[in-house]
Amino acid sequence: MNRGMVARIGVYAVLVVGSAVTLVPLVWLVACSVKNAEDFFAYTFFPPPDRLTLGNFRELFRQMSFLRNMMNSLFVAGTTVMVQLFFSSLGGFALAKYEFRGKRIVMVVMLATMMIPAQVMLAPLYELICRMRLADTYLGLIVPGAVSVFGMFLFRQSMLQIPDELLQAGRIDGCSEFGLFWRIAVPISRPMIGAFCLIAFMGTWNSFLWPQIILQSKELFTLPIALNQLVGLQRQDYGVLMAGTLLSILPVAMLFLVLQREFLSGLTAGAVKG
Amino acid sequence: MSARRKGLFGWQQRYAPYLFVAPFIVLFCTFGLYPLVKSIVLSAFITSGPKSRVFVGLDNFLFLLTDPDFGKAVWNTAVFAACSVGIQLPLSLGLALLLNRKRLRGRNVFRLCFFSPRLVGMVFVGVMFSLIFAVRFGLLNVALNALFGTSLELHWLGEADYVMPALVLTSLWMYVGFNMIYFLAALQNVDLVLYEAATVDGANAFQRFWHVTLPQIKPVAVFVVILSTIGSFQLFELPYLMLQNSRGPDAAGLTIVMYLYENGFVTGDLGYASAIGWSLAVGVLVLALGQMVLSGTWKREA
Repeated sequence: MNRGMVARIGVYAVLVVGSAVTLVPLVWLVACSVKNAEDFFAYTFFPPPDRLTLGNFRELFRQMSFLRNMMNSLFVAGTTVMVQLFFSSLGGFALAKYEFRGKRIVMVVMLATMMIPAQVMLAPLYELICRMRLADTYLGLIVPGAVSVFGMFLFRQSMLQIPDELLQAGRIDGCSEFGLFWRIAVPISRPMIGAFCLIAFMGTWNSFLWPQIILQSKELFTLPIALNQLVGLQRQDYGVLMAGTLLSILPVAMLFLVLQREFLSGLTAGAVKG
Repeated sequence: MSARRKGLFGWQQRYAPYLFVAPFIVLFCTFGLYPLVKSIVLSAFITSGPKSRVFVGLDNFLFLLTDPDFGKAVWNTAVFAACSVGIQLPLSLGLALLLNRKRLRGRNVFRLCFFSPRLVGMVFVGVMFSLIFAVRFGLLNVALNALFGTSLELHWLGEADYVMPALVLTSLWMYVGFNMIYFLAALQNVDLVLYEAATVDGANAFQRFWHVTLPQIKPVAVFVVILSTIGSFQLFELPYLMLQNSRGPDAAGLTIVMYLYENGFVTGDLGYASAIGWSLAVGVLVLALGQMVLSGTWKREA
């Protein structure tokens, strides 16, 4: 065996071990969710096939309003993403393709605020939301997250590449300015839209601190909040807890599988070429 | 085209950009800029509930300097950031280098595997790993005992000394593969001609890495370091969930944001919470600027 072969085998060995270490916790999660309480400690991973059970999932839906929490999460994340997407792509289009007064100032101020950790704003934002009587409502979750400075810069970056001639041609054909955005800029930016949707969805889906602060009523709890409650409630029922965790991460995983290609290229586009 | 229509057409072309950014600006000012400015004002008050509010000037910040709990929180957060960035990024770069080899089969599968933990939100990772670190049946102790033939029963989350290693391990699991994606993208952008030239000049593999690869991927590396540092300093969900909504033994899991949350939303002193927030913001800003200056990025961007 020559040196090249040894090196190749070494590389594969490291990669395989690395992937295994990465995936084992996820496999363990799945295994824990399909074991009943007696088998939980008896088997590290999966029990024999005839002892597999969906009982944990049934328990989950029976004991807590898991379905309701899932719907809350889907509704809040879905709405937030749509609103963010519309406003930041429209704003990004204006900043990329028009010259207007105050443009530089707007961009500098926004860039500056991106450098500041969002937690600084928690206290005054909470006051504001309370004064608007939006505490403990869906709107209180959605509205503060409706603006995404990051998204706006992402769209500005990608829309800079739209040739001015194309827009001019549209104008000559009698297209309105909003039409230029809707019929030309948006379709061209489709890959970026895919990437942004996933990033924004993950951000809202996984958000914990803000909902934890403003939500009181159980009917409004999103999954992270509900799961945190479950940890406190059933210390012994680990299978149910793992089943809840598994179901909570499934929607993001599925969205990722759909948008994978767009996502990975969009993620690094700004970093590498910027 | 009639004069009237032309006028309307010209009008909407001239004012369109303002209309397009207007909703964004309004939202940004209400829910971004206003709270930001307001938090500076708030940080000069001691508050409890919506009614009671006492002006104290800079006292909140002065008090922070001598507050032992805040000191502990800063220390924990800084240790976490140093460990997770310092261990994570070399691992990410190493993996990226392995994956960047020519004729590597299954690159996309490996890439997907390494990236997958990033899809699990921090909260859910917290729940999951609180069980992985469990004393008797937890995956980590079981695996350690199986590998080394020991019968350890380590209280990962129950003993002050083990809490930080547990947090760092978890963050490695989450982010090594994620940051690898950035490095891999940077490596694939390096011009192959440079390697050929270096090889012709007689450079060995290490010299090629040190003199060709590193300078080429430096901008991305700096970007990843800064981003990871900022992210690490905002640590909250992971310890909060793993330690079941507590600070952990001896406050070993208390972080800056957790302390902010406790003060603002458990105790109800929004003023002190704002002061903690601004201390965090200024600290992170100074760190990020320091990293830019040290790496020489600043000169090119200015």
